[in-house]
Amino acid sequence: MADEVVILGGGVGGTIVANLIAKESNGRAHVTVVDSSGIHVYQPGFLYVAVGLENPAALHRPESRLLRRDVNLVIDRATRVDPAEHTVFMEWGRPLRYDQLVLATGSRTMLQEVPGGQEAHDFYTMEGAKRLFKALRSFQRGTIVIGVAGIPYKCPPAPVEFAFLLDDYLRSRGIRGHTQIKLLSPLNRAFTIEATSKLVQPILAERDIELTGFFNVESVDTVAQTVTSLEGETVGYDLLVLVPPHRGQQVIEDSGLGDDRGWVPVDKNTLKHTRFEHIWAIGDTTDIPISKSGSVAHYEATVAAAEIVATVKGEEPPAHVYDGKVMCFLETGQGKATTIQFDYDHPPVSPTPARRWHWAKALFNKTYWHTVPQGRLP
Amino acid sequence: MSITIATSLDLKGLSCPLPIIKTAKAMKGLAPGELLEAFATDPGSVSDFKAWAQTTGNPLVESGEEGGVFHFVLKKKEM
Repeated sequence: MADEVVILGGGVGGTIVANLIAKESNGRAHVTVVDSSGIHVYQPGFLYVAVGLENPAALHRPESRLLRRDVNLVIDRATRVDPAEHTVFMEWGRPLRYDQLVLATGSRTMLQEVPGGQEAHDFYTMEGAKRLFKALRSFQRGTIVIGVAGIPYKCPPAPVEFAFLLDDYLRSRGIRGHTQIKLLSPLNRAFTIEATSKLVQPILAERDIELTGFFNVESVDTVAQTVTSLEGETVGYDLLVLVPPHRGQQVIEDSGLGDDRGWVPVDKNTLKHTRFEHIWAIGDTTDIPISKSGSVAHYEATVAAAEIVATVKGEEPPAHVYDGKVMCFLETGQGKATTIQFDYDHPPVSPTPARRWHWAKALFNKTYWHTVPQGRLP
Repeated sequence: MSITIATSLDLKGLSCPLPIIKTAKAMKGLAPGELLEAFATDPGSVSDFKAWAQTTGNPLVESGEEGGVFHFVLKKKEM
């Protein structure tokens, strides 16, 4: 009899895992994906929606069209997992029993956790990105502040990329001379990765983007239009863009499967839950101190899939484990970009920003739908 | 004069930038002149603590390393 493999979450990680297990298990696994919306969203595109470079409609497709025909899709919200009973409970439908479970539920953004932060703009949700672009279109003069209100957050270079794309956008409208861009960073550099920060900081200065270090956003005063840091500094704004605090999904917290922020503790190589058997977690969902990004979800998905395929076939676990590989593009504006690559054993390296990396990112964004979810890229 | 530590933080195993952010949060709760000690294993924390102290004006009164664990003592600045 085939093993029941249940995957919570139809994002990049969950979709790859589902397709790879269905393809490789020779009928030894019956694969079900549970997703609350049934719509697959390409989140890296939000950044471009926020500055009017991407059409929101191009960023989502029905999940059913990205899954193999032999993968079952349940459009419902998983409300609780009972690891002792190997059961997932649903909001509407009947409970699902599993032999192997993959948590690929990702993260959610919590602007409401920042006092006064509810009205701030963000580009971490489709709604946020659309609303931000609407505000930018009517922006004429003043100070735009970009701040970080919680660690960890998705795509560590995103605030820097947004600053560069915003600079391009304001220049294209001929209003850059009447506007200031201030980037507030939690550290004394552009973002966590030192080598890449060194590369982009001179470009920030060149574009007249003011970088303020050690500014961890704590609260917002919407009347005075100021943002205050944990460190006690206050900065005024006309338009505020915040990277919201992130946390794991409600189902993780309600099932006691994660830590106090809902991140799931897993072995950093095998991605198996540290406390419960037959449960894996991938992508943003985990507590691994590594970038929360699509590339990580992608690489981890291939590892989790291989392990589950070996399990359902009764074979030895595969030799290949997750090595901490991360690959990101970083737009530096004016049609150029760089990349960031590293793993557990190799520090990050970034080439000099060039047009070819911008085009590589654009190509990846376009071809994503036909390659990544199907597991066609390694 | 004996030194009394008001708060002690175990930041071992956390990676950049969490150690410095957790420290910034904890420092907020201290009264001027009080000391905070922190233990971290992320090598990047050495330069981060030094730079954070310089930037925020809260002096780094002690720092060192023993067996792969870095320790720091910060003093909350006078208002």
